[in-house]
Amino acid sequence: MGLLQVFDIAGSGMSAQSVRLNTVSSNMANANNVSSSADDVYRAKNPVFATLMSNMQQDEASAGVQVTKIIESNSKAIQRYEPHNPLANEEGYIFQTNVNVIEEMANMISASRSYQNNVEILNTAKQLMLATLKIGQ
Amino acid sequence: MPINFEKALGSHEQALMIQARRASAISSNIVNADTPNYKARDIDFKQALKKSQGDFLSMSQSHSNHIHAAGSDAMGIHLKYRTPLQPSLDGNTVDLDLEKSAYSENAVRYQTTLQFLTGRFKGMKNALAKE
Repeated sequence: MGLLQVFDIAGSGMSAQSVRLNTVSSNMANANNVSSSADDVYRAKNPVFATLMSNMQQDEASAGVQVTKIIESNSKAIQRYEPHNPLANEEGYIFQTNVNVIEEMANMISASRSYQNNVEILNTAKQLMLATLKIGQ
Repeated sequence: MPINFEKALGSHEQALMIQARRASAISSNIVNADTPNYKARDIDFKQALKKSQGDFLSMSQSHSNHIHAAGSDAMGIHLKYRTPLQPSLDGNTVDLDLEKSAYSENAVRYQTTLQFLTGRFKGMKNALAKE
């Protein structure tokens, strides 16, 4: 029924936001990766969120969220002239990941705020359910 | 004479159901705050309560292939789309502040209804208890 579904909805949101936090941390960890070719270098990953319509016929009101896929950013890798770097190619260039650390930080804060919102929803729904159990007492 | 729960509890029972449903609708909005192209929806409490009391004209489905009219679900509750206050780049119409306040307002209303119901039950208990 209505309130029980809030747990599913908030749970789906929490798992989606934690996937987002995961991609952020993996992007941040690889922010300084370099490679000798533009094709091999690590690319920033981002999750794609989509509304999860669960048994729509029965209950149209509830819609969770899901991560449908994780896409790699196709912005250009940073090219730098470093002939002394052991990873440099024949022309002396190295390629650094296209991870934008500032973007990732903003993304992380947004993901953690959304996660907190979901936890808050869940707590409120839990309190309401517990109060419902005490009805008539 | 048997106790008629429907009469004793009044409209609070239906109100509780609608408020629970509304909590799930608003939580869907908050959870989908970061989903591109998601459109926020909400339940019109007044209309839903009227409908649950049979005080509302609705479309009849005379054929199995007919779809529900005006986006009503199995319980006959209508969901309406919110009008966004400002446009967003990704087509999402969730206003997080508005949804959060609506959610806590709904939670308080739910608890109020629970209080009313508890009062009704207490009344019945008092009537049943012997002096």
